[in-house]
Amino acid sequence: MNAPDITQAVVVGGLFATGFLLMTQRSLIRIVLGFLMLGHGTNLLLLSAGSPGAPPVTHGGVPDPRDMADPLPQAMALTSIVITFGLTTFLLALAYRSWRLTGHDEVRDDVEDRRIGTARERARADGDGGGGAVDEEAREPHGEDELLEPRAPAEPPGHRARRPADPEAPRPPHPPGTSGPPGPPRRPHPPEEDA
Amino acid sequence: MNLLLALPVLLPVTAAGVSMGLRNHPTAQRWLSTGVLAAVVVTAFALLVLADRHGPLVLSAGGWQAPTGIALVADRLAALLLSISLLVALAVLVFAVGQGAADPGHGRTAAFHPAYLTLTAGVGLVFLSGDLFNLFVAFEMALGASYVLITLDAGERRTRAGMTYTVISLTSSMLFLTAIGLLYAATGTVSLAQLGERTAGLPDGVAAALGLLLLVVFGIKSALVPLHFWLPDSYPTAPAPITAVFAALLTKMGVYAMVRTQTLVFPREGPWVLLAVLAIATMLVGILGALAQDDINRLLCFTLVSHIGFMLFGLALFDVAGLTGTILYIVHHIVVQATLFLVAGLVVRRAGTPDLRRLECLPPPAVLLAVLFLPPALSLSGIPPFSGFVAKLALLQAGLAEGGPAAYALVAAALLTSLLTLGAMVRLGRRVFLGGREEAGRGGGRLLPEPDAGNGPGAPRTPRVQLRLMAGAAAGMALTGLALAVCAGPLARISERAAEDLLRQDTYRTAVLVTEGHR
Repeated sequence: MNAPDITQAVVVGGLFATGFLLMTQRSLIRIVLGFLMLGHGTNLLLLSAGSPGAPPVTHGGVPDPRDMADPLPQAMALTSIVITFGLTTFLLALAYRSWRLTGHDEVRDDVEDRRIGTARERARADGDGGGGAVDEEAREPHGEDELLEPRAPAEPPGHRARRPADPEAPRPPHPPGTSGPPGPPRRPHPPEEDA
Repeated sequence: MNLLLALPVLLPVTAAGVSMGLRNHPTAQRWLSTGVLAAVVVTAFALLVLADRHGPLVLSAGGWQAPTGIALVADRLAALLLSISLLVALAVLVFAVGQGAADPGHGRTAAFHPAYLTLTAGVGLVFLSGDLFNLFVAFEMALGASYVLITLDAGERRTRAGMTYTVISLTSSMLFLTAIGLLYAATGTVSLAQLGERTAGLPDGVAAALGLLLLVVFGIKSALVPLHFWLPDSYPTAPAPITAVFAALLTKMGVYAMVRTQTLVFPREGPWVLLAVLAIATMLVGILGALAQDDINRLLCFTLVSHIGFMLFGLALFDVAGLTGTILYIVHHIVVQATLFLVAGLVVRRAGTPDLRRLECLPPPAVLLAVLFLPPALSLSGIPPFSGFVAKLALLQAGLAEGGPAAYALVAAALLTSLLTLGAMVRLGRRVFLGGREEAGRGGGRLLPEPDAGNGPGAPRTPRVQLRLMAGAAAGMALTGLALAVCAGPLARISERAAEDLLRQDTYRTAVLVTEGHR
């Protein structure tokens, strides 16, 4: 056990705070950055868990182990750096795919949650088919169908090129899942999927 | 003999590498995965027998002794859960092969098998790990593979769900790493056996904070109620076999890690009121959520959350009877929940939609599905001849024997939840198999799905062999569930011995620390 280093404590605390703040944002890229920050904070914390000192390498002689740095946290930090690195690339790839599929990098609300949440209003509006739009939304390709069906080949370039033009546009006033004005199709639906 | 311990991890990982190389030979991949998993299941059962007869088996990886090196430990609990998990993983693999084979020329299988094998290796390592940091690595292995599986070939919806799932899991992993760093700073070790000795000397506040941090970490991983929101959003979007294996194994890994760390590292006397409150909340919130759902998979996911509460019930009591109940419940639930998801997969495949309001009635041969659906559904609700009844009985008896307000509240919540589970299952069964009359006018009032509607293009021309494979896997799982009920006696006894080991931490510690010291 060693006395805490105040600089390290502040840096770790700062990284954690920034990381968590960024992870609560809606933009996927901020979430990825937040995860990176959090990973760095954790790795630093791991490093600071062991006592500092001389390199834990012996050259023939037998130095006092108490003078050496603790190698175990370093090994753990290395392992966790590798893991966080690999997972960050995965997250980036996922964020990229999400951007390609939706044209923006916002995390959207879960359709089913919203549907359950608005069940009462839906029931009231059911007479005039108000629930229709919601239902169609919920009917989006489900895992099973997606799996059985070769996905539509990469979107035609023209289809996508238009979208990143307004990547910074504010979130649509009608989030998906509620009936809003018919926007541009968010994804080339495989035809007749849910008929 | 102890080298046997490495096999459940080593074999699947090696096979995953080989499988990656075989990406252009789907048939070879299928046989490889199935063969390896079958071999690993046999190994796991051998480990279970050995661990039960001779006490915990220990393998120090790389020849380094336990506190410094990484130890793999198979005690009764680990071996029991390992055997059941791998058995389920094998059955689900057969199901997935049956389903995946229906769409040749699809890039999916290339990545599916390596990821699936890595997942099982990770699950094996979680159960066998005798070292907290290694436990973290094992979780990352299993979860990393699960990130790939859940986003495999994903469309928009699954990418969204996969992102939620990945980010939440990663956050909990980072917290786990933080907890490991803090524990190491406080105690100077990450070996579970040694941690148990050293945390006793820590100040109460530090020990409580570390224990709670680990509870939060594993609470996220196992979908404990205030931390469960990610599960019903992400799991249902995956294809049936993947959801089944996630539901069966991943959340149980969290519960196992919680049981292991709380009993070994932070032992306590008497019931744990905080966990009791969380368990009650988990049971009730989960099942009430399930009742509100209109989607088969989401409904099952909410019952999954709810029944995690039963496992915590026993841990909250913190005595032999309670932990016996927890172990029995985990074993029962791994099998039953996976079966239900597989059956749901078959139902969705037939009907073309997971939506209960649309899927009003199935064409005639659904009798087979109904037969497959009934045992796990009744078992989940705890109807007597099935395994769920045995596990619930053990828990309720433990709760009543314990006495005290917390235990009685737990018993009451468990009974209510069982009743509501039955309600949810009856509702599910009525809609799916009998054609429910409620809200019949909704969703178009279509009694039969039109021949091609909603079914993936592969479904209508699915060869019979593959359907048989899927139905066979589901039937095998249902039979395993029944076998658990038949073998309830021996199972309960071995669970009780495992629970005694958990509470007498000496068994584990001496096995890991002393045996290794002699070498």
